[in-house]
Amino acid sequence: MEQIAQQFFNLDIMKASFPMLMEGLKITFLLVLVVVPLGLMGGLVAAIASGAKSRWIRWPAYAFVDFFRSMPPLVLLIAVYAGLPFAGIRLDPFAAVALAFLLNNSAYYGEVYRAGIEAVSPGQTEAARSTGLSAPQTMAYVVLPQAVRNVLPDLVSNTVEVVKLTSLASVVSLSEMVYQADMARSVTYNASPIVLAAGVYLVLLWPVVRLISRHGRKIAS
Amino acid sequence: MTLPILELAGLRKSFGELEILTGIDLKVTKGELAFVIGPSGSGKSTMLRCCNLLERPTSGAVMLEGRNIAASGVRLDPVRRRIGMVFQSFNLYPHLDALGNVSLALRKSLKLPRAEAAERAAAALERVGLAERARHHPAQLSGGQQQRVAIARAMALEPAVMLFDEPTSALDPELVGEVLAVMRELREAGMTMVVVSHEMRFAREAADRVIFMDQGAIVEQGTAEEIFGAPKSSRLQAFLARQAA
Amino acid sequence: MDFSDAFLNATVLQKYAPSILSGVWVTLYLSAIIVVAGTALGLILACIRACGWKAVNFVIIVYADILRALPPLVLILIAYFGLPGVGVLWSSNLVLFIVLTLILAAFAEEIFWAGITSVGKGQWEASRSTGLGFAQTLFWVVLPQGVRMGLPPLTNRAIAVTKMTALGSVIGVPDILNQATTAQSFSGNASPLTLAALAYVALFLPFVLLARWLETRFAWKRT
Ligand SMILES: Nc1ncnc2c1ncn2[C@@H]1O[C@H](COP(=O)(O)OP(=O)(O)O)[C@@H](O)[C@H]1O
Ligand SMILES: [Mg+2]
Repeated sequence: MEQIAQQFFNLDIMKASFPMLMEGLKITFLLVLVVVPLGLMGGLVAAIASGAKSRWIRWPAYAFVDFFRSMPPLVLLIAVYAGLPFAGIRLDPFAAVALAFLLNNSAYYGEVYRAGIEAVSPGQTEAARSTGLSAPQTMAYVVLPQAVRNVLPDLVSNTVEVVKLTSLASVVSLSEMVYQADMARSVTYNASPIVLAAGVYLVLLWPVVRLISRHGRKIAS
Repeated sequence: MTLPILELAGLRKSFGELEILTGIDLKVTKGELAFVIGPSGSGKSTMLRCCNLLERPTSGAVMLEGRNIAASGVRLDPVRRRIGMVFQSFNLYPHLDALGNVSLALRKSLKLPRAEAAERAAAALERVGLAERARHHPAQLSGGQQQRVAIARAMALEPAVMLFDEPTSALDPELVGEVLAVMRELREAGMTMVVVSHEMRFAREAADRVIFMDQGAIVEQGTAEEIFGAPKSSRLQAFLARQAA
Repeated sequence: MDFSDAFLNATVLQKYAPSILSGVWVTLYLSAIIVVAGTALGLILACIRACGWKAVNFVIIVYADILRALPPLVLILIAYFGLPGVGVLWSSNLVLFIVLTLILAAFAEEIFWAGITSVGKGQWEASRSTGLGFAQTLFWVVLPQGVRMGLPPLTNRAIAVTKMTALGSVIGVPDILNQATTAQSFSGNASPLTLAALAYVALFLPFVLLARWLETRFAWKRT
């Protein structure tokens, strides 16, 4: 028991590593602020393309989404970070993470949007078009607002996944929170800094996770 | 007088503060069709659900073939096999076909071998006129057919008494007849039945006794002629007037 | 530099294909046992939750919440670097298996639970009224419907979690990614990464397509 407290919940070590973690948390926030909007926009493009009338647009969109849903995010990240330099493109860690996440998140957000769009009844489009709205206007003012409402819980839940995934940036030496925690861990030979990082994630994400669960139940009943 | 198959004695049921059943006494004898009417919210469903202990009475006795099944310590599953129930909303299992719906309890509760259960289920479906629909899933059946499968499901267990809670209320008018026809045949075959329904025509021709409930109590009972022809209480008169309108 | 020479170098591919193939087996068998164990554990937890014991349910909910809120990498690092300090010496494969199984179980529990609660009260009542017991009703009536409801999200989640086996490379699990990065640094060539990416797509694409197919045809016509 004593040993467990010492190894995982050492308050002195936590206190000492706390400033480092907060430095890292800033980068984590910055990543989230860049990566989530990019993913939301990329996903929108993917979703609209997947619903296109022309198969020359639709099929590549599906191929894009399914390819990146098949690819582990870390593999994608390493391919971008360590692979692209062989093509003469050298990205710093932050840009590499942003690019890899743009590809991965666009695929996932795209699937969420697509489900939402498909749940809007065709009558809505017909009604909008019959009032003289153009196809893009119909999408923007009639279909998308309803689609987003339909899948809001899924969008939130996917965003939780994105926030969790920013921890992968530590693998390419971007000094976000997990990177900082792991540095502290390797210096102190103690897991407490990472447990502290876990605590920070819990504080940030647990309320959202709870909210999603509660909401899901409301729909079910 | 013959021993009642089902008897409710001093039955009370409260949900929280609210007393929904305020002391029900009712005897149903073998082969009898007891027809229960009353305004919505008067406690008809609650009374039926107390009969097979889907709701546990707050106090009072539910006697099935002379035994108080509301007493503590009674094993309910065997008792419930003796009491068939048919719901307003059918409640068929959507993942099973008609035969599967009817045979599930035969196999898993009565523990019949698969072949025997299937045989008995097929016979029950035959009796409700759906032998050739045995392999259809509920989604492929009309409302009337679904309710007949639900009746077969309850009947196949050869219960001592069957409870019907507004069996035709969820049906389109043109589908009501086929369900009532099946119920009529059941009665002719000697099944003991308690039926909550608004089908007054059916009550007139098939009910041995009509029971009027209001505000959680039995207000008046008698033959169909007595209840519909010469209602005594003002509440029953008002109820019938509303029904007619 | 020649593009195909950097990304599809035949000599490099030939040389490192066997080690990457060995990584494929590691990824494959870890994924398989994680899916089986995680789904089973999640199903068991959801069934226990259906029994409605308050204290037990509280523990299950807290467990599921925590494992869904934490990044897998964080849990892997805590387990891998923390446990030896308290005398638990697990191999990196075992750490990865246990952490990802627990994570998948947390998500699976929530998915199965949502499925169970989505089955209407009428189904329970109809079943109980024919003399089937609580466990029989859960097993024969409610779970078949609830599990079917949960199949598409479960497939998606199982894919997401098993793809996380790539995180094992951080703690030395000899999976596809680990083999590929090693080969890449030895050969000074990106071809092993190309091969790894293709291997992952070949492994997971069928399941992504399966999930898509399940989504289009899972819904019961409600009666
Ligand atoms: N589970 C319950 N909890 C609280 N109130 C209930 C419950 N079930 C029924 N009631 C209340 O009991 C009253 C009688 O309901 P019910 O037996 O369904 O009436 P009826 O079938 O005659 O329309 C209603 O006011 C209803 O709101
Ligand atoms: Mg009712």
